[in-house]
Amino acid sequence: MKQVNLKVNGIPVTVDAGTRILDAARKVGVNIPTLCYLKDVTNEGSCRMCVVEVVGAKNLVTSCFATVREGMEVITNSPKVLASRKTTLELILSNHDQKCLSCVRSTNCELQKLALEYGCDSYRFEGVKNHYPLDDSNPYLIRDNNKCILCRRCVAVCNKVQSVSAIGANNRGFKTEIGSVFGHKLDETGCVACGQCIKACPVGALYEKDDTDKVMKAILDPDKYVIVGTAPAVRVGIGEEFGYPIGTDVEGKMVTALRRLGFDKVFDVNMTADLTIMEEGNELIERLNDKNAKLPMITSCSPGWINFIETFYPELIDHLSSCKSPQQMFGAVMKTYYAEKFGIDPAKIVVVTIMPCTAKKTEVIRDHQSASGYPDVDITITTREFARLLKRQSIDLTNLENSEFDDPIGKGSSAGYLFGATGGVMEAALRTVASTINGKNLEKLDFKKVRGLDGIKEASVKLDNGLTVRVAVAHSLSNARKLMEQIKTGSCKYHFIEIMACPGGCVNGGGQPIVPSSILNSDVDVRALRANAIYNKDKKSEIRFCHENPVIKTLYNEYFGKPGSHKAHEILHTSYKPQHKL
Amino acid sequence: MSNQFRETPQQKKQLENVFKELKNVPGSLMKAMQKAQDIYGYLPIEVMQRIAAACNAPVEEVYGIATFYAQFNIEPMGKYKVGICLGTACYVKGSGVILDKVKERLHIEPGHTSEDMKYTLEATRCIGCCGLAPVMTINGEVHGNLVPADLDKIFAKYGD
Repeated sequence: MKQVNLKVNGIPVTVDAGTRILDAARKVGVNIPTLCYLKDVTNEGSCRMCVVEVVGAKNLVTSCFATVREGMEVITNSPKVLASRKTTLELILSNHDQKCLSCVRSTNCELQKLALEYGCDSYRFEGVKNHYPLDDSNPYLIRDNNKCILCRRCVAVCNKVQSVSAIGANNRGFKTEIGSVFGHKLDETGCVACGQCIKACPVGALYEKDDTDKVMKAILDPDKYVIVGTAPAVRVGIGEEFGYPIGTDVEGKMVTALRRLGFDKVFDVNMTADLTIMEEGNELIERLNDKNAKLPMITSCSPGWINFIETFYPELIDHLSSCKSPQQMFGAVMKTYYAEKFGIDPAKIVVVTIMPCTAKKTEVIRDHQSASGYPDVDITITTREFARLLKRQSIDLTNLENSEFDDPIGKGSSAGYLFGATGGVMEAALRTVASTINGKNLEKLDFKKVRGLDGIKEASVKLDNGLTVRVAVAHSLSNARKLMEQIKTGSCKYHFIEIMACPGGCVNGGGQPIVPSSILNSDVDVRALRANAIYNKDKKSEIRFCHENPVIKTLYNEYFGKPGSHKAHEILHTSYKPQHKL
Repeated sequence: MSNQFRETPQQKKQLENVFKELKNVPGSLMKAMQKAQDIYGYLPIEVMQRIAAACNAPVEEVYGIATFYAQFNIEPMGKYKVGICLGTACYVKGSGVILDKVKERLHIEPGHTSEDMKYTLEATRCIGCCGLAPVMTINGEVHGNLVPADLDKIFAKYGD
């Protein structure tokens, strides 16, 4: 590619033609603040925070939008630039409610940080403030437009990355607000609850519904037996909330923290990820052997994805695996097998899960998710709520020793860990399905083709019975949509498809710690760092097949019989139905 | 508003023809919205949903555009569209008083439609006939050099 030479604050730099000024500056360690820009998602150039001076240009230039030219001289920190940025911030603050003390994003707010850096300490402009009612119509998130700065990052994520388009910018001028068609609340739109908008929001205009009080109430109730289970992705995310570098695995400390909170049992949802593979793998083998079965079969672990297919492709729901997600299997096993084995009344059991996911809050209240007669899972909180809970209880993760999950449900195979990253369910399933059909365990375990961050990945596996299983993996719903269109037009050649609603999979779920755009826009890929932590765990593990997990063997021997048994179907499987939304 | 939506078979057919005409024309969303408004007089959600499907755009985008531009109505319009020009020349020549009188007469605020669906009142920007200021338009017909006393005669023409 053609190279371009320029100077940023007098420092020479050479970059590819077409590079944004912002990125060229970063290359020589010059940071330019942004608000509306989100790498690979949106650069409308609407907020004007990233303006710079370009020698010879009449006006200030938006560096997130403008690209480099040969011989360009860029100045990012002149008094003119700084004054412009400060005015921009003051104007944004002029109609912002500025209730920072009680804001969920306080100390992690991009606007607050910039206001501090630029010394916006007084109301220079007192604008007309809109008073919007909160949209808390749904069980997973709240929109507070009084804090919204109209950067439209949430809109871009919803539209381009997820292809859901539940929200957009409506009206004009001072009346502009982010909302839905005809002012409908979010629960009446096609919103799938993925929560990616929350992660895109630079301020506190979008945040998860907080269920931490419910958790503490259950723990403090002496009549309740409170069990907690954690998803694979939580342990490689929660550390960030306590200052650990992105992608640090803090499983041991996390388990200790959960015990200190007062849970009666601390288990790992990994175990039921293994169980999911046993059931889903069996279902796949059955479908492969049945000429009339619906293929491709599609995974059903991601509740954002389930909401999406039920809303946008209801005619394809027969392709979904009937397996409950690992979270729901976890709750179901707790209130049936575990309750029976240890003689606990399931009515007294409260199952809490900690998930990287906001859509899980919609999953726990779905139909056919109460195997024991009581809801499989009672309360689910996100990684962020978990961090909030720990901080409120003055539990500092950094000061804790490591400890291990409780037996017997504590053990998961490392294949179960892989559920946290895109391609992980597929890899775990292929290991078990191929080993089952071949009658012996695979020697080569790593399915590198289904790893990584390409939007749609494909692979094929030749089995000993002569069948070649063709699989595809998609993450983010715009990619899922492409595969659904293939199925609709009959051009889909796969037997098995894994879909995770969030870009990068659960490690980047809508409930994970929020990473500021200054990092998202740099060369750091949060998704890859968190996923690597999971793959490293797998590499070092002794049990790398779901079917070799001793807990799984016990479960089938003592309770379920075999995968796909009548009992397994009653407790571990579910159903789907079309959702009619705007 | 949407539960009131009624259409004639002709309107439905006309809209389908618009979609046929604009099929494969890139960037035709605005055009489709304008033509739909010509047909129905406003853009109810049912029509926006059809436009969205035909133009392969999210319905939220259609709604965002409809609420951004003043040319689009998202509520049904009255039989007669009354526009009072509040451009500089008209305003200086007293169109503010005319607007107040019309508001009293029709019992509606600008941007709204009377309950009997007869009149929709708009306060407009300059409509380009400042020589006749102050000016009022009713369904495109221009009434100029107005004084409040003229209103009785003018509205009598529309059965009021």
